[in-house]
Amino acid sequence: MGQTITEKILANHCGKKEVHPGEFIEANVDVVLGNDITTPPAIKEFEKIGIKKVFDTGKIMLVPDHFTPNKDIKSAEQVKLMREFAKKYKITHFFEVGCMGVEHALLPEQGIVYAGQLIIGADSHTCTYGALGAFSTGVGSTDMAAAMATGKVWLKVPEQMKFVFNGTLNKWVSGKDLILFLIGKIGVDGARYKTIEITGSTISKLSMESRLAMANMAIEAGAKNGIFIPDEKTKEFINNAWKKHKENKGKAFYFDSDPDANYISITEFDSSMIEPQVALPHLPENTKPISKVGKIKIDQSVIGSCTNGRIEDLRVAAKVLRGRKRHKDVRLIIIPATQEIWQQANDEGLFDVFMKAGAVISTPTCGPCLGGHMGILAEGEKAIATTNRNFVGRMGHPKSEVYLSNPAVAAASAVAGYIVSPEDL
Amino acid sequence: MQGKAWKFKDHIDTDLIIPARYLNTHDPMELAKHCMEDADPMFSSKVSKGDIIVAGENFGCGSSREHAPISIKAAGVSAVVAKSFARIFFRNAINIGLPIVELKETDEVNEGDILDIDFVSGKLTNLTTKKQYKIEPFPPFMKMIIDKGGLIEYVKSKIEGEK
Repeated sequence: MGQTITEKILANHCGKKEVHPGEFIEANVDVVLGNDITTPPAIKEFEKIGIKKVFDTGKIMLVPDHFTPNKDIKSAEQVKLMREFAKKYKITHFFEVGCMGVEHALLPEQGIVYAGQLIIGADSHTCTYGALGAFSTGVGSTDMAAAMATGKVWLKVPEQMKFVFNGTLNKWVSGKDLILFLIGKIGVDGARYKTIEITGSTISKLSMESRLAMANMAIEAGAKNGIFIPDEKTKEFINNAWKKHKENKGKAFYFDSDPDANYISITEFDSSMIEPQVALPHLPENTKPISKVGKIKIDQSVIGSCTNGRIEDLRVAAKVLRGRKRHKDVRLIIIPATQEIWQQANDEGLFDVFMKAGAVISTPTCGPCLGGHMGILAEGEKAIATTNRNFVGRMGHPKSEVYLSNPAVAAASAVAGYIVSPEDL
Repeated sequence: MQGKAWKFKDHIDTDLIIPARYLNTHDPMELAKHCMEDADPMFSSKVSKGDIIVAGENFGCGSSREHAPISIKAAGVSAVVAKSFARIFFRNAINIGLPIVELKETDEVNEGDILDIDFVSGKLTNLTTKKQYKIEPFPPFMKMIIDKGGLIEYVKSKIEGEK
């Protein structure tokens, strides 16, 4: 029996020739990640172990991004704990404000995560790195603590699901729409405990930004990991990113799935039938094609996050906003996900477009995506957002609402004052 | 263990269990004050030590925040029974030692029913309706972590063993 890319990476990290779904393994990790919310409890657990050093000072990534730049005293104390922990244990990769970014946009861009690795992160969207052909999954703070001490994680080998997207994309449709469409089809627990492997003719033409956005939301279908088979685009992306961390150069392993690998399901979608998607409150599975959404007035539009705060996303938003102005009743908040993306957007003149459109441009932060800061909703308010979750109270008041979309729709809606396709502006 | 049942629906996400606006601390007692707040604003004042949360499918979906099972444990809840659990919540509960039970028949439990959970004999009894259910045992690897008292104790004993 052949093996999938996921099974091959897992086997490769526990010294086995092959692994099978349902099997428990203790695997070696290449990268352990934590943020300003999840690292402080991990530090507390790590210190209970009573060990004097971390397993590898270069393989732990500490990214304060959720409430940073620190929104209040308590948040500042949390980041201080992280900073002091990094110093005490000589952890190389602590990303201070000024070089930080939203973690899942930052690590791929910096060449720190790449194909063939086994990555765990105390953040559910750690599944993002599957876009690079890595096995990558979210865990909790105690798992992070144990991995910082031992370099290992316990895992149950997941069952494998394959999704094939074939056909040409319609105008304004991106990876975000494909993954929202998929979640709408299988539900928020449709892939619970399982792998989502994504392939097909549409995918080979898809940009890395779009693939990252898709892998990012595998968790919204309950998946353990989302994964893409690396191709020339993946290699080009990784080689380019390695310019920033040359010590990693050449360390990637490009695995493939065997033709006779075992999947519990294989589902094909015709991409040419997919319109821009909107996920209505309060679950990401409540998706509708934009033409069926109706006229929903909004108070805020957020373009950013680990899902859609990359340069391609900002370019698309600028394309829609060029020569237009936000509706007077809509706050338009644009958050480039990393310092580098911020710089790039500035160099390309995108900020000029955004400012003329009446937007505000934030420093990198997760901020409003999780109702942290930088754009919290009041009771009864509605937002369209390029983020990944629309749970009750996700962006603020428990009686506010979040609608998820791609950046083009979020930009167009900011102009119209209600949810709309850029085609209908 | 025995406790009173508090019922919740399907897809109780971690934002409902502990909203992100309270995540600027990781103090269990602070988190306990806001446990389940956006699903039931009065929960933390109503819940008593030993009570049991009973829910539908996919309990704990969403974020990886361990603050969710921590807040439930610190609120005094003795176990969570659900039709199914989201995977990160499931492993967090195992790792921190919050007892969880997968039970397909949670619709047969009413709010306020008194439940008795016996992990040794593998039985959950609804003392109010007099119905008894079999609990599937955890796989041996997970049972080993549970028996050690959680992942940190498991790691400590492994490190000790290697010395």
